[in-house]
Amino acid sequence: MEKIFQKLSLSSASLVFIILIGIFFTLFNASKPAIDEYGFDFITNPDWNKEVALDSSLSTASDEIEDDMIMDEDEVMFDEDDMEMKTIFGGLVPIVGTLLTTLIALVFALPIAMGIAVFLAEIAPKNISHIVGIAIELLAAIPSIIFGMWGLYYFAPIVADIVGGYQVSLLTAGLVLGVMILPFMAAITRDSMNTTPSVLKESAYALGATKFEVIKDIIFPYSKVGIIGSIILALGRALGETMAVAFLIGSIFVLPSAINDPTISIPVAMANNFGEASGLGESALFYLALILFVISFGVISIAKFYFLKKVK
Amino acid sequence: MRLLTNKIFLALSVLSALIGLAFLGWILITLFIKGLSSFHFSLFLDDLIEGGLRNLIIGQFILAGIASLIGIPLGMAAGIYLQEYGRGRYASLIRDLSDIMMSAPSIVIGAFVYAVVVIPTGGTSGFAGAIALAIMMLPVVINTTDNMLSLVPRELREAGISLGASKYRVIIDIIIKAAKVGIMTGILLAFARIIGETAPLLFTSETSNYFSLDLSESFPSLTVSIYDLANEPEESSRDLAWAASFILTALVLVINLVGRFITRNKH
Repeated sequence: MEKIFQKLSLSSASLVFIILIGIFFTLFNASKPAIDEYGFDFITNPDWNKEVALDSSLSTASDEIEDDMIMDEDEVMFDEDDMEMKTIFGGLVPIVGTLLTTLIALVFALPIAMGIAVFLAEIAPKNISHIVGIAIELLAAIPSIIFGMWGLYYFAPIVADIVGGYQVSLLTAGLVLGVMILPFMAAITRDSMNTTPSVLKESAYALGATKFEVIKDIIFPYSKVGIIGSIILALGRALGETMAVAFLIGSIFVLPSAINDPTISIPVAMANNFGEASGLGESALFYLALILFVISFGVISIAKFYFLKKVK
Repeated sequence: MRLLTNKIFLALSVLSALIGLAFLGWILITLFIKGLSSFHFSLFLDDLIEGGLRNLIIGQFILAGIASLIGIPLGMAAGIYLQEYGRGRYASLIRDLSDIMMSAPSIVIGAFVYAVVVIPTGGTSGFAGAIALAIMMLPVVINTTDNMLSLVPRELREAGISLGASKYRVIIDIIIKAAKVGIMTGILLAFARIIGETAPLLFTSETSNYFSLDLSESFPSLTVSIYDLANEPEESSRDLAWAASFILTALVLVINLVGRFITRNKH
């Protein structure tokens, strides 16, 4: 019995390992056709679902792939001149869209989150800090789809009135994403700040330092590593967020030329196209998923193991 | 000058807190006004096809419930391993990976389940949706169990062992009991998190307009239907989406508050 129990708990723990490895290999395997077809050019190619004439010199090289594709009528079309056409998929637009919305969210959320964290950790009296803390955590608990709907119908029109341009755009998507990561960032930054030993703070106050000076010269330097970790962790969250962005980004595969142009991000490209895609299109979506998984895995690992481990 | 800088800084910090609260208030008030104006009790009695939400609410609970049935025992067992059995590199590797998995993009988990469940079984199903949610839940339960067990004093373990109890008896009868409240709170919060998830369900369970208990078919999901309804051009669909959002948010926030309340009463 003892043995069985121990084995069960060991295998449950190993499940984490198996699932993560499984995710990586499944995504890799499913994106294999797209990786074989486009290689790393996928990342720099801005065209998604675009028909191009098949270059004759290339056609011999990719005969095999062509045969597969003829099965799927959407993928290969012949026009009147009997010129062979193929549909190509490039990931540049959603990759850029993901990075830019995350950047906007970060720029917007960072100062406010720091302010909230300082307020909760240092300024507010205990009971107020407790209540505001709960409120901020509730904001974090609201499902992301709610942020999306609220953002589209109430927040975006106001932003568009002020800035001009479309209601669905990089900017509005980034800002709503910022509102969404705000509480998360504030809560973990507060926790980092709270690790500052009170002896340090008290000595500074005793020397006549103002609250601002204590925060700037004692708390920030002390908890700097943890705060940076918190920011990167919030960034990891923002990269993979789907629903809040899906309502607001406009979902078109066009590179934005201005901050208030619509575009698309990786999660949104997946959310909107997965059901309908087949063949290379589906494989290209898996390729995007793989890129997103690798980026967020990297970002989260850096945050957790480089920065936040030091705090512990 | 120093005092002025200090004042400005403090004012900015208070302002940030007010901005944060303002967003929370704005969202909640919007939900309250829009949601309540299209709220009827008949929403709980009719299915989506008749203009109600009954099948969606029940469906969402079933999806999250089955995910919990899978995720909670596995997560707790894994947490027990990390704290009670695991030593050295392997345990800390699993702990780290579980931490990473907690922040993995939910849509990627959806894509994974799509590839390993939906494609082989030939179509979207309630079961695929529940698996996706279970994967979302697993690391959260592991993390909670791990943390809560680490708070149980060593002496309790030693006392149990010295009475001649076997290790697994000590774990089940003493350690889990001692950490029960904390673990339950964590599980409640994990449940609140997955019941509001949309992205992992989009192409695993999809949604359905009809009442269904058949997990081998596309399964009614409240969140996925909110997404569909909110994108419909008709005003009536969007009103329904708001009512559904109101119900969903109320549910999630109540579960969260209950979770916090339990912990506070005990500590």
